[in-house]
Amino acid sequence: MANTTSTTAGGGDFTSNLGRIYGIYTGGFIAFIILMAILSAMGVENVIIGYLFMGFTIVIYAVIGILSRTMHVGEYYVAGRRVPALYNGMATGADWMSAASFIGMAGSLYLLGYDGLAFVLGWTGGYVLVAILVAPYLRKFGAYTVPDFLSARYGGNLARFIGVIVLFSCSFTYVVAQIFGTGIISSRFLGIDFNVAVYVGLAGILVCSMLGGMRAVTWTQVAQYIVLIIAYLIPVIWMSTVKTGIPIPQLMQGQALQGIAALEAAQNIVPGHATPFSHGGYDAKNYFLLILCLMVGTASLPHVLMRYFTTPSVREARVSVAWSLLFIFILYFTAPAYAAFAKWTMLDLVASGLTPENIGEKAGWMMRWAAADNTLVQICGKAATDTAAIVAACAEKGVTALSFADINLNADMIVLATPEMAGMPYVISGLVAAGGLAAALSTADGLLLAIANALSHDIYYKMIDQHAPTSRRLIVSRILLVMVAVLAAYVASTKPSDILSMVSWAFSLAAGGLFPALVLGVWWKRANSAGAVAGMIAGFGITLFYLVMTQYGADFDKATPNMELWWGVKNISSATFGLPVGFAVMIIVSLLTKAPSRDMQDFIEEIRVPRGKQMMEEKIA
Amino acid sequence: MATPDRISYWNKTKSLMFVMLGLWVFFGYVIHMFVEQLNTIVIFGFPLGFYMAAQGSLIAFVIMLFWFARRQNAIDEEHGVHED
Repeated sequence: MANTTSTTAGGGDFTSNLGRIYGIYTGGFIAFIILMAILSAMGVENVIIGYLFMGFTIVIYAVIGILSRTMHVGEYYVAGRRVPALYNGMATGADWMSAASFIGMAGSLYLLGYDGLAFVLGWTGGYVLVAILVAPYLRKFGAYTVPDFLSARYGGNLARFIGVIVLFSCSFTYVVAQIFGTGIISSRFLGIDFNVAVYVGLAGILVCSMLGGMRAVTWTQVAQYIVLIIAYLIPVIWMSTVKTGIPIPQLMQGQALQGIAALEAAQNIVPGHATPFSHGGYDAKNYFLLILCLMVGTASLPHVLMRYFTTPSVREARVSVAWSLLFIFILYFTAPAYAAFAKWTMLDLVASGLTPENIGEKAGWMMRWAAADNTLVQICGKAATDTAAIVAACAEKGVTALSFADINLNADMIVLATPEMAGMPYVISGLVAAGGLAAALSTADGLLLAIANALSHDIYYKMIDQHAPTSRRLIVSRILLVMVAVLAAYVASTKPSDILSMVSWAFSLAAGGLFPALVLGVWWKRANSAGAVAGMIAGFGITLFYLVMTQYGADFDKATPNMELWWGVKNISSATFGLPVGFAVMIIVSLLTKAPSRDMQDFIEEIRVPRGKQMMEEKIA
Repeated sequence: MATPDRISYWNKTKSLMFVMLGLWVFFGYVIHMFVEQLNTIVIFGFPLGFYMAAQGSLIAFVIMLFWFARRQNAIDEEHGVHED
């Protein structure tokens, strides 16, 4: 495989030196952390450390983005198709692990205990579907975008157009959540207003993705993976060492669970952390349906699938899915340990005898977070901005000694606040902020690129002007990217919902709209154009309808009563309805209409075998 | 196009897909339906049902995917449809 990768000028040198380049980079990053620790010990102010961490990492990403700028179509859309499996796996890991995984997930595990594990399972198991059902076949086809495949398989621009609509809806919802995440981080660690902070985050996203398209995004994502995984592991290894003396948090989580159970029993907290199907309305039905929607959504999200278009071969695409999951696994099997150690620390804090008067002294970090955004920390039901506010709120409720339940922490702040909670030096907080930023930026880059590519390649080039010269196509793509990004930042500034819900909606929309058409397109020759179009409209339509009606209601006002849940299914699992309807409609309509032509059946035969030329050869103008 | 060799290739690919799908259903869903029963077993402080959802199934998914990539590549080579 390696010898075929060096055919394009300038690429061979870089790809064969990847290990060395990223090795030096990782060493440099660790040296930077140590330098920050020294500066911090010398008395440099916290907010300056925060600026240095975020500024330095963003500059690195921007430099990679600028060095990888390109005006070549194949480089811009699929990174020249020569990203080795392992590095594509690392880039996919960063592309995949967003603000929801980094910031939101451990926080939800902290609040939901066992029931939060639906996210851990759903966001890993989906890769099995990616590998066995979809990715290698799309790689063989040789698409630039997911709608490209739909158009070729289901003959025509109607399927392409519907594909673009679904892609836009799910990717846009997802990207709003990422910009929201960068806003939370910037407002807390840089001390700027949330509404301004979302646009600061936006600038960071644009420098990476705008100039170099997929090529730039790939190599920045690898760099971002390294930052985010180091930032995620250090605080939890620290807590594990302090609490148990052994720096393997994943293993010592067992001891943490025991510690939590003992403290919960002493403080009469029910249901316990490890009790299944009892937190936050997750009964067994909602637990399993959420897992299903997240898994199927994984195998339908265009920004993930398009990462496998960049490998040199079908064989590498398969191996690359396995590498992706391994890199994702490293963070995901740490998240429950992160949550357990954080909860153990908090329960210990409460057990130490917490009162409204002494909490400001014992846990001053809560007040700093409440000051950044008054919804993040509430004690006795009110924003915990200072001791006076807490004392007043608790006096009103007649609380004299604080219990675990009186302190309400927002899921989106727990990971970011853990270093302070566990009394680590501020340099670790800065590192975690940089990691959260890397996670949000890397995913936002991939998503914006997926949207801009679909609009410029599928809508502008394939549907509006087939004779557009290369340079104009790439400029159109860049302009659209900026426009979509600004719109997403505006929506994020309105704080539509919490990160994890927004991201889960995106999964449901992708699952309901795209999964049946993608899977049956490869695995069922009888699937035809009419069936796919009807199936995508029905599946996506039902999912979107359920989501909007239960979240906002017919009047688009969150405050007024909304549609009742159907059989109590939470709307983060909206694809529960869209998925079966999409499959059923697609199968029935296909069977009622004409079978695909002989040519189309041969085309499907060709997609199914790795050997032979890729199906869609792009004319390079 | 549909030569006997191609048909046998596709049948093997399909069986491998169904084996993987079966394992996926088992580790993704079936085992977690027995979480209450598994939780009565405690290893290293972990209730086993909790452990499976937090780590066990994830480890299974990773191993499954590397194994799948190897198996499918072997099938490709056996039928001479691998890439050069």
